[in-house]
Amino acid sequence: METTADTHDIKAAAQETYDYKVVRQFTIMTIVWGIVGMLVGVIIAAQLVWPALNTNLEWFTFGRLRPLHTNAVIFAFGGSALFATSYYIVQRTCQARLFGGPLVGFTFWGWQIVIVLAAVTLPLGMTMGKEYAELEWPIAILIALVWVAYAVVFFGTILKRKVKHIYVANWFFGAFIIVIAVLHIVNNMSMPVTLFKSYSAYPGTMDAMIQWWYGHNAVGFFLTAAFLGMMYYFVPKQAGRPIYSYRLSVVHFWALVSLYMWAGPHHLHYTALPDWVQSLGMVFSLILLAPSWGGMINGIMTLSGAWHKLRTDPILRFLIVALSFYGLATFEGPMMSIKTVNALSHYTDWTIGHVHGGALGWVAMITIGSLYALIPALWGKEKMYSIKAIEWHFWLSTIGTVMYIVSMWIAGVMQGLMWRAVNEDGTLTYNFVESLVQMYPYYFLRFVGGFVFFLGMFIMAWNVWKTIAGTKPVTHAVPQTAH
Amino acid sequence: MSFGLIHGLLTILLVILFGGIVWWAFSSRQKERFDEAANLPFAEDDDQSAPKRSQKGDKQ
Repeated sequence: METTADTHDIKAAAQETYDYKVVRQFTIMTIVWGIVGMLVGVIIAAQLVWPALNTNLEWFTFGRLRPLHTNAVIFAFGGSALFATSYYIVQRTCQARLFGGPLVGFTFWGWQIVIVLAAVTLPLGMTMGKEYAELEWPIAILIALVWVAYAVVFFGTILKRKVKHIYVANWFFGAFIIVIAVLHIVNNMSMPVTLFKSYSAYPGTMDAMIQWWYGHNAVGFFLTAAFLGMMYYFVPKQAGRPIYSYRLSVVHFWALVSLYMWAGPHHLHYTALPDWVQSLGMVFSLILLAPSWGGMINGIMTLSGAWHKLRTDPILRFLIVALSFYGLATFEGPMMSIKTVNALSHYTDWTIGHVHGGALGWVAMITIGSLYALIPALWGKEKMYSIKAIEWHFWLSTIGTVMYIVSMWIAGVMQGLMWRAVNEDGTLTYNFVESLVQMYPYYFLRFVGGFVFFLGMFIMAWNVWKTIAGTKPVTHAVPQTAH
Repeated sequence: MSFGLIHGLLTILLVILFGGIVWWAFSSRQKERFDEAANLPFAEDDDQSAPKRSQKGDKQ
């Protein structure tokens, strides 16, 4: 199945080649799902400013579209990007073709079917009701199957590597694949009632704890560790020099994977969760600052002695600014996990701002930068069609992200302060609607910021189209000798 | 032994283990293999950008 497009341009017919077909497929779908997912985000941001846009169609209301947005950007856009880059990086750094034969194609088509099923069932209101794990049990089972196939392909490729070492990026991808499998299966344990409805297998507080053990480690391993894998390959590659400190990357890896597991309870401060578990979650969240910043510094310092490249290379700028937003979000996160700060920030739009600092600033920008570096290699071009367009995309992304998070910071702090304000007799100073009315300008600013970021994705789509239109897919032979 | 004691001992064990990883990673004996590994992204023949530098060589 991979042989049709990939036989082009092979020096010797018998020689093994890298499997770029699946990488190209996932790369294109990353851009497609990025545009779709961010469009839904812009729509729901607009619905919060102009509630009439919810219309009378129940499937078009905020409540139905919001999980569609989160699933589309995290699992469709982010997921496709991770499949593409992990498949590329594991082959190139192991000098081996992807293991698994038909399983490789199954991960692509299986993942796309999951996304389409999500896009149909979520607006119809079919949901488990667990955040970032909304998909009902038949889809959850398909995800598990695709994920096991992904693990077989990835670790199979590592096992047949021709080089001695396993490059650090693959450690991060490996941890991501294993942990997501465990999280997904444990959190989705449920009792089906019908084909479209199931109930969680866990009771009450335990269910909440397991949900946020899942939820925070989805952040830690899907949105952090895996994208760090991307960073550890494409930052050195684009900068043209090895990672600043390889030993720091080893410590970074083990510290990050040991600590993230315990941070989940900070999502449940001041709830029925036992107090000591909340404090434990807070302490581990605070310690997480150390490895997070260690990784950020490691990435940024890779440019040490080559800072001038930032002036001329917008791709490198995407990667380094992404690391800066990563540093910002991983400072803000531990701070918000402190119980007294959380008493102010929880349930406000500050949380939304924090998430988008990570999602737009870190996840999306490291992905966009990596894809701009990857796409020319996959289609046999020296560089992207227009560097100027990447320049424009960079500024739209940066400005859009800053507008988004600044407006949500102001909105969130204002909400927190208004909700907790009490009169001398102990009654609340403001009712909820009074705080909501104050949100109009900030929700509008958020809508504009998101829209500006979204515009950048069209520039990317155009640039990619111009780069790859009319080209024949390339293949690289796997080196025959071990290094 | 109570669960509390077992958990306490386990915590100490894990902290020692982590300290061991840090000690291992920063011991000078790993320098050569880490330099090799760090250069893996540049190891291919079809690669134009290969710098083949040592990790330490180009810091300023």
